[in-house]
Amino acid sequence: MQTRKSLIQSPNGAVELSNEEIARYSRHLIMPEVALDGQKKLKQAKVLTIGAGGLGSPLALYLAAAGVGTVGIVDFDVVDESNLQRQIIHGTSDLGRPKLESARDRIKDINPNVKVETFGEPLSSENALEIFEDFDVIVDGTDNFPTRYLVNDASVLTGKPNVYGSIFRFEGQASVFYAEEGPCYRCLYPEPPPPGLVPSCAEGGVLGILPGAIGTIQATEAVKLILGIGEPLIGRLLLYDALSMSFRKMKLRKDPNCPVCGENPSVTELIDYQEFCGIPQQGAQAQADQVPEITVGELKGRIGNGDKISVLDVREPHEYEVANIGARLIPLSELPERLVEIDKDETLAVHCKTGGRSARAVQFLQEAGFQNVYNVKGGIDAWSEEIDPSVPKY
Amino acid sequence: MPKIKIPTPLRQYTAGNSEVEVGGATAGETLGNLASEYPDLRQHLYTGDGKLRSFVNVYKGDEDIRYLDGADTEVSEGDELSIIPSIAGGAAKRRCR
Repeated sequence: MQTRKSLIQSPNGAVELSNEEIARYSRHLIMPEVALDGQKKLKQAKVLTIGAGGLGSPLALYLAAAGVGTVGIVDFDVVDESNLQRQIIHGTSDLGRPKLESARDRIKDINPNVKVETFGEPLSSENALEIFEDFDVIVDGTDNFPTRYLVNDASVLTGKPNVYGSIFRFEGQASVFYAEEGPCYRCLYPEPPPPGLVPSCAEGGVLGILPGAIGTIQATEAVKLILGIGEPLIGRLLLYDALSMSFRKMKLRKDPNCPVCGENPSVTELIDYQEFCGIPQQGAQAQADQVPEITVGELKGRIGNGDKISVLDVREPHEYEVANIGARLIPLSELPERLVEIDKDETLAVHCKTGGRSARAVQFLQEAGFQNVYNVKGGIDAWSEEIDPSVPKY
Repeated sequence: MPKIKIPTPLRQYTAGNSEVEVGGATAGETLGNLASEYPDLRQHLYTGDGKLRSFVNVYKGDEDIRYLDGADTEVSEGDELSIIPSIAGGAAKRRCR
């Protein structure tokens, strides 16, 4: 039944299934492609998922249900309301709890036979190799470029397959990067985009069901690798578009000049991935710091004193509909053409959701000759938290 | 005319279109015409000195043009070019180390 070498050696007598497990895995055991030997391989297998978020949720749930013996999870976040639309391993009663705890409880409820190993620290160049070493398959469910390159390089250096998934709005990508047999992530994308050019899910949004589709594909690939069945997505990039409901597969090739998995690799140890991705040590904050700022407290004070200060909201109309503080709305993308609507002598406080887009707007306005423009620090989120909780936080 | 598939993150620069037909005999020419038609798209596809950005991959059918003839890859009526940018999303919010 095997179509390729499985990652796990046949355990033979080393692993046994209890009668409870045999009953639980009945639907696997009656399939010749899995059978008793395959189920034992699953039990023997150790899968590491990076992130217990959108992709990590379905992934960990299905791996646990399928009987993967050890599920490792790296995450250091706590469960927040805005997670519940898609991160189905966490529930409403978990709000405020560390995701690791909530994920562990849910996994243990689904399948108490699973050993859950948790790593409550950010994955870094210092700890990645040591953590990876102990696992058979790495599954990448992260949300940012530095960690993606780190996961890729650490997978190549430790010789592990990296089951990749990524999502944005209605679109997802999945692949298996396994340098021993095919290309790695760097063969596909040698360099990351500069910060700010590609929006994150937090800025761009994501259909809640989308990570369910992609995370489940990642879980499928992990199980296929463990069992050595079918054709894994090695050397193929799966593109999923939920709106057109289309699946396309693109060919990926190993780049002989790849700096990590190529013939003469220049990256032979883990590097500084923040720097590699062009992110200054202070992160996005550094850019925001370069423009004059006003806190929500100061803004409220100045409005209360009757100071002449106008508030400009640069979010999108559909966001304004969700929550607003009655400010004038000119979306950032329309600002250049609607500049004439604003008086250059006005004192302006510009806000968005959290302060990123409004910092760009302030920069743009300054370049256009405005003298008295301030970025509202923390945006409408901060206003909702510190000034007026009746404004919903989204 | 060849068709170009536009990925979600770039659709805001193509008036929301997920597929655009533009003239061109090669992949490079077609992309150049696309960027002329939608000027806001240019900085997302090209570097300041006019080179295609390294985090933007272009496919003809299911093959990366890097492994065909690059920008000189011939395209004709009915061919499908796809722009595949790198996306990072997966979990909740931006996390730094």
